Amino acid sequence: MAQRSVVIASPVGLHARPAAAFAAAAAAAAVPVTIRKVAGGDPVPAASILSVLTLGAACGDEVVLEASGDGADEVLDALAELLATDGTTHEATHEATDGAA
Amino acid sequence: MGVGVSPGVVVGPVRRMADPVGRPPAAPPVEPAAREAEAARLVTAMAEVRDDLTARAGRARGAAVEVLEATALMAADPALAAAARERVVARGLRAEAAMWEAAGEVADTLAAVGGYLGERARDVHDVRDRIVAALTGRQAPGVPSPGHPFVLVARDLAPADTATLDPAAVLAIVTEAGGPTSHTAILARSLGIPAVVAATGAADLADGTEVLVDGRAGTVSREVSDADRERVAELARSPRRTFAGRGRTGSGTHVPLLANVGDVAGAEAAAAAGAEGVGLFRTEFCFLDRHDAPSVEEQVAVYAGVLAAFAGRRVVVRTLDAGADKPMPFLMDGDARGEEPNPALGVRGLRTSWRHPDLLDDQLRAVAEAARASAAEVWVMAPMVATADEAESFVARCVAHGLERAGVMVEVPAAALTADAVLAHATFASLGTNDLLQYTTAADRMLPALVGLNDPFQPALLHLVRAACAAGARRSRPVGVCGEAAADPALACVLVGLGATSLSMSPAALPDVAVALEGASDDDCRRAAWAALAAPTAAAARDAVRAALPHLAPLGL
Repeated sequence: MAQRSVVIASPVGLHARPAAAFAAAAAAAAVPVTIRKVAGGDPVPAASILSVLTLGAACGDEVVLEASGDGADEVLDALAELLATDGTTHEATHEATDGAA
Repeated sequence: MGVGVSPGVVVGPVRRMADPVGRPPAAPPVEPAAREAEAARLVTAMAEVRDDLTARAGRARGAAVEVLEATALMAADPALAAAARERVVARGLRAEAAMWEAAGEVADTLAAVGGYLGERARDVHDVRDRIVAALTGRQAPGVPSPGHPFVLVARDLAPADTATLDPAAVLAIVTEAGGPTSHTAILARSLGIPAVVAATGAADLADGTEVLVDGRAGTVSREVSDADRERVAELARSPRRTFAGRGRTGSGTHVPLLANVGDVAGAEAAAAAGAEGVGLFRTEFCFLDRHDAPSVEEQVAVYAGVLAAFAGRRVVVRTLDAGADKPMPFLMDGDARGEEPNPALGVRGLRTSWRHPDLLDDQLRAVAEAARASAAEVWVMAPMVATADEAESFVARCVAHGLERAGVMVEVPAAALTADAVLAHATFASLGTNDLLQYTTAADRMLPALVGLNDPFQPALLHLVRAACAAGARRSRPVGVCGEAAADPALACVLVGLGATSLSMSPAALPDVAVALEGASDDDCRRAAWAALAAPTAAAARDAVRAALPHLAPLGL
């Protein structure tokens, strides 16, 4: 079992675009990956955007990625890199039709 | 027949928004031998919905792309698939019932967390409805995309629908519900799409029916003559109006025409549309969808982007307008945690700063810093000011941060009625007619049943506008309008006649308002204003104004 511990770098936490990018990358990976918070909680499938969101990992939280099988190390390196460097800035909200005044 | 909220005349075929997907009816359990086949239907439907959403993401632009990509991921989510499959295989639920239940559980979990995740519960519901629609052979919920231009007919549009609405394909919008200040109306005007809301009989319009929609008169007609088609084609051929960048009446009086913007992209689009400045910069987007308040540095970066688009011109920054109706986790405590019985009358707007003064100070610091580094002329105003005391303390705090141009939104009747005292402190005022109207007639602007009370031609609203403008004139303080009323060409003339010194609106409305004003002398505007003030009802006011401004009809306004 390969393991990586990484601190969430995205200022919005593992939410929104960072969560979507992470889940999409995990879904495309050659081996199944799980993610859990170091602070506690069960591991959840990293390829599930809904599970990743429900994790509620905030900026600065430490998470553990785990996988086994061929290429697990490469997969985890790439995913850990994504979490550790995500510089996604806050984007405009979708509530584009907020009433004037 | 309904209420016209966005002008323009078009002819086109009706496409209805699909009815909401409901909970699938209870059914006897699936035989154990047939359960694997039933579970396989789930896999197919989820893949189908994912592919559809991915394709839509490929066609969408801007913020919609991100929303669609995220929902596409959710549609094929392995945890959701496993939870639904389990319900089919172990309990014999039908695929649609299994999906309904499994997704509902996920959505409840997210909603319980609240904040940003609570908002995502809506996305899960949307995905669930799409998958259930696919499983039961129904049209996917949301705005249809038939591949040809159409007239969109719906009960009402939600903000989320706007993400999938393609302005190039939607000729006009007709809704059964909604009012002049509903989301549908605001969206339609911002996109320049003709729209009729509160349209009686819209429920009976079948897919494919050819209709004539007049977004000014508020009519939807099934009888389309060749003459109508010719008139519409003629209008379509005439060059699109543009705004030359200086608003003035027929007498030559300068009335700055400004834009309402909510982010950097909106500011850039407004500048490109010729806006003379920004009359309302909503800063909420900087604060929404997050757990913690943005840092001063983050705010400075965003504000600087908006100011950069208007170097040398006025930008009126409205401080955070949050409250129980626009919840932000870092503001929510006690009464404000979505538990107020009347959010519209609760701790919102400037009132949130009573318990969180630091948040307002940080925001003013950020605005001041961005202003110093910019060539734009920065004005700052507070939302939901009710009294002169509030105006005085807000202005003092702005001045402490070096922001001398400090004013207030007038959207509470109390502030309009005591505008003279308020303007003793505030260096300017901006009338937010949407809220001012709902507070004046005590009618929630989101309730379709109260659409008549939320008609901006209500004489009571116009009397309050007059009171505020008169106080501004006495004290030589500018009083502008930044509500939806300013985007209506006829009302724009009335507001100027009542004394409004500037008008701020969706950039799409600028050309029509500019041409309407240019055709009316100062006296014409005043006559139209007096006629409206003297009218006993909103309908009478509308008729009187149109009679006083005969130049509008030939312009198609």
